[in-house]
Amino acid sequence: MATKAIVGEKVGMTQIWDDEHRVVPVTVLRVSPVRVVQVKTPERDGYSALQVTYGEKNRRKLNRPEAGHFDKAGVKPGVRLLELRLDDVTGYEVGQEIKADLLEAGELVDVTAVSKGKGFAGVMKRHNFAGQKASHGAHRIHRAPGSIGACATPARVFKGTRMAGRMGARRVTTLNLKVVESDAGRGLVLVRGAVPGPKGGLVIIRDAVKAGAKGGRS
Amino acid sequence: MNSSIDLVDMRSIRDNVPSFGPGDTLKVHVRVVEGNKERVQVFQGVVIRRQGSGARETFTVRKVSYGVGVERTFPLHSPTIAKIEVVTRGDVRRAKLYYLRDRVGKAAKIKEKRD
Repeated sequence: MATKAIVGEKVGMTQIWDDEHRVVPVTVLRVSPVRVVQVKTPERDGYSALQVTYGEKNRRKLNRPEAGHFDKAGVKPGVRLLELRLDDVTGYEVGQEIKADLLEAGELVDVTAVSKGKGFAGVMKRHNFAGQKASHGAHRIHRAPGSIGACATPARVFKGTRMAGRMGARRVTTLNLKVVESDAGRGLVLVRGAVPGPKGGLVIIRDAVKAGAKGGRS
Repeated sequence: MNSSIDLVDMRSIRDNVPSFGPGDTLKVHVRVVEGNKERVQVFQGVVIRRQGSGARETFTVRKVSYGVGVERTFPLHSPTIAKIEVVTRGDVRRAKLYYLRDRVGKAAKIKEKRD
């Protein structure tokens, strides 16, 4: 599991040039400092995590349970509460602030976000099916899935058969993105490649959990 | 929100780009690295396209070299471009001059702009 994590906002994509004048596609993420509201430990909660908040929320807009929760921790109320699962939370305590300078250029990170919703999508878009012929007698079945199973045996459609349905708007993690640059002063982090979700969407950045000995791709 | 993108882009964007558009003839001075030596090569031709914005903007220059049409697309703000020189201003009516690809000789000539 991850050893460190932080919350941010996707700003958008652009490109920069590296030392050898090659184009590097980057996603700009604005990292917000987070405040620890609760430390979850294996002894007490069965798993280790940090419950954090970020931003600011008018106290008047909190409901009683929320207000009580923030008061107990003695933390200024934030926009929302999030849990960051970490290996080891011994170094953290309630009220502590995690700053944007957590990440360094060159390290590999995983970015989690809710992907853009695509609505009710057909099989070509959703499962990369090939579709059917454009002509040669094809009639109104150009994007249809084709057969979804056999006949009297098994006399049913197997569970998990890929069909049309809701696509996107689910939690997606992109693994092993390289941090190209980390600007703690402005709270911006540039990672190489794309990140799920729309601009302005919430992202959770953690250090790469599957990078392995080779350190992932360059 | 977009201002943060601009901040990142600002560093890559060069400020010595002359104003030019499709139809203009340019001399693009390109840095070429051979082994560990760097020299500058000039690519001269007509701008047939300019697209994109911000740090991602690119332009395409076309020339006819030994009877063969050669097109090269450069990122406008690429550090490999040492200098861009405008040789002539062309008088054209479109933004994309793809029709030049089907023309040779005098028909492919672009009128010079008169001020």
